[in-house]
Amino acid sequence: MIKGTVLINSETCKGCELCIVACPQESLVLSQKINLRGYRYVELIQDNCTGCTNCAIVCPDAAITVYRQSKQQYKKAI
Amino acid sequence: MPQEMLIENMECVYQKPDTMTDDYMHYCPGCGHAVAHKIIMEVVQEMGIQEETIGVAPVGCSVFAYNYMDIDMQEAAHGRASAVATGIKRVRPEKYVFSYQGDGDLAAIGTAETIHSINRGENILIVFINNGIYGMTGGQMAPTSLLGQKTSTSPYGRDVEHNGFPLKITELIAHLPGAYYVTRQAVHTPNTVRKFKKALKNAFEYQKQKKGTCFIEVVSNCPSGWKMTPKETLTYIEEKMLPEYPLGDVKLPVHEN
Amino acid sequence: MDKQQPDVHLMKGNEALAEAAIRAGMDAYFGYPITPQTEVLEYLTIQVPKRNGIVLQAESEVASINMIYGAAGAGARVMTSSSSPGISLMQEGISYIAAAELPCLLVNVVRGGPGLGTIQPSQGDYFQATKGGGHGDYRLIVLAPSSVQEMADFVFDGFKLAEKYRNPVMILSDGALGQMMEKVAFQKDGSLPHEIPAWATTGKKGRERNFITSLHMEPERMEGINLHLQKKYETIEENEVRYETFSIDNAEIVLVAFGLPARICQKAVDLARAKGIKAGLVRPITLFPFPKKILSELAEKIENYLVIELNSGQMVEDVRLAANGKCPVHFKGRMGGMIIQPEEVLEEIERIVEHQHVHAEEEK
Repeated sequence: MIKGTVLINSETCKGCELCIVACPQESLVLSQKINLRGYRYVELIQDNCTGCTNCAIVCPDAAITVYRQSKQQYKKAI
Repeated sequence: MPQEMLIENMECVYQKPDTMTDDYMHYCPGCGHAVAHKIIMEVVQEMGIQEETIGVAPVGCSVFAYNYMDIDMQEAAHGRASAVATGIKRVRPEKYVFSYQGDGDLAAIGTAETIHSINRGENILIVFINNGIYGMTGGQMAPTSLLGQKTSTSPYGRDVEHNGFPLKITELIAHLPGAYYVTRQAVHTPNTVRKFKKALKNAFEYQKQKKGTCFIEVVSNCPSGWKMTPKETLTYIEEKMLPEYPLGDVKLPVHEN
Repeated sequence: MDKQQPDVHLMKGNEALAEAAIRAGMDAYFGYPITPQTEVLEYLTIQVPKRNGIVLQAESEVASINMIYGAAGAGARVMTSSSSPGISLMQEGISYIAAAELPCLLVNVVRGGPGLGTIQPSQGDYFQATKGGGHGDYRLIVLAPSSVQEMADFVFDGFKLAEKYRNPVMILSDGALGQMMEKVAFQKDGSLPHEIPAWATTGKKGRERNFITSLHMEPERMEGINLHLQKKYETIEENEVRYETFSIDNAEIVLVAFGLPARICQKAVDLARAKGIKAGLVRPITLFPFPKKILSELAEKIENYLVIELNSGQMVEDVRLAANGKCPVHFKGRMGGMIIQPEEVLEEIERIVEHQHVHAEEEK
């Protein structure tokens, strides 16, 4: 599987959980911690992210940046 | 492996568009407006038209759209965004002009302006965010509110005898010959967001070709007004909104022979 | 160069205004038919496509004023016209335009009201024009023509003032002026060049984005905006007052009238002088800024003001304020489209002067 990962801006995140619903890998959860605005923010909990960008696409606050191995990087890694 | 090391060997495949400002968005958690803004700005960035685009913000929750979209914008009076957009487009015909309106703005107080801009076939894009409620003013009934829907001004549920039917404004205006491309989209799932993005690209292309009015309805949510969590609104959209406002193209461009 | 023939025409007020707008380089006109000013729209729909600019019949006055807002915000030189009930519809839009500091020219060819009223001339919209009209603390610069020539000239003046101050300007005309025909000499086509302002929404090329709004939620900011607007109006009051005087040198009774009634009053002054009454006339040309200074100064020298208007008494309040108790301010008006005649004015002058002398006798 091509590997990916996401960076979530925990201060921008409002904990709406739409990304959690959208993630096909169930890799995202709502943290127990809260940000400065009082929202529980989303965290990546597994390492099976494929960089599909579903979470980032549905995020209202554009709080998620997605990274993914390119085909070459994937081939090199194998 | 620490995430920083992972990222070193990866490409960035999605991030917030550069055409948005750094301002923190005031929208409620999970609000479809924020998603719609982001996608519009993505399209503006990808098409390279940031310097050529002028938007018109309505009165409603998205009155502050100009704080988030890094393009020239004008604030319109309630309901008048399509008239304001007409004024702009008539004097700046080479620019991309769009209005962004809610259900009260477009289908209640602004109905005349909406119908007539489209009837004139103004070369603008109208983005219509339909969440069946008036969010900004505290959750009152909208023309597009569903029968039985409880809102602050239909506390016993919308009732036909008293308040009439949900207004299918999109189907109404699709009949007008000035309407070139009319479609109904959504932004609550990755799939629907991708389709909305495609519709926007089509619409801006058609505007460049001076084809007439493009109209994109976005069936959206209002967690605060509907008194639901954002996750619950996804179910409400699927089970209640979409049967009333089905997704898909309402009017496709007629291909000239 | 040959001596050019003056460009003089015999035209209706409404049409002269429209012709002047084209020559003044108006970029766009959005309007709606309403008697007695529909000729403005009609003339423009014939002429503009042949010459320059855009003209569009909108679906209502509400739509018109919002198209004006959009086009003005995008840096165009714009005008709209209507008559009393239509101007009422435009009030929200006008408030927005004033708040967003957009230049535009508005024309009200006033008819008798209130309500649907009549199509006959009136001056019943003075309050609406000079005290705001729409909601909030703003002012329009108001020009009151009294001839077809001024209907044309004030278009040029109006655009200049609107753009100089980034404020809407209103030409407050009336149904008779709009319909009557007189000689008019036009200024040259292209004699009022127009540059697209830096603040306009023309697409953010090589600069930060521009946005046109009148929404300022924080009270501190909103107050700041208001203070800025008030400062602007102060500057306008200091610099842009215009009025005309007639026969005021040794006058004891001075008429104050604007628009067409001022010409009627001029005749009345002549009639009065012929009878040995020392009458004069002050004709405010700008209704905002109001010529308070001249009226205040004169009040110290004269015995009476007589304000003549085609309404129930609107400008008379401003005259009273200016006179500030220094001399009595009388009023005579007609309403509903009735136009006062010079003989009526003369009668009123005589009545006041007579009353004055009787009073003076009694005090002896």
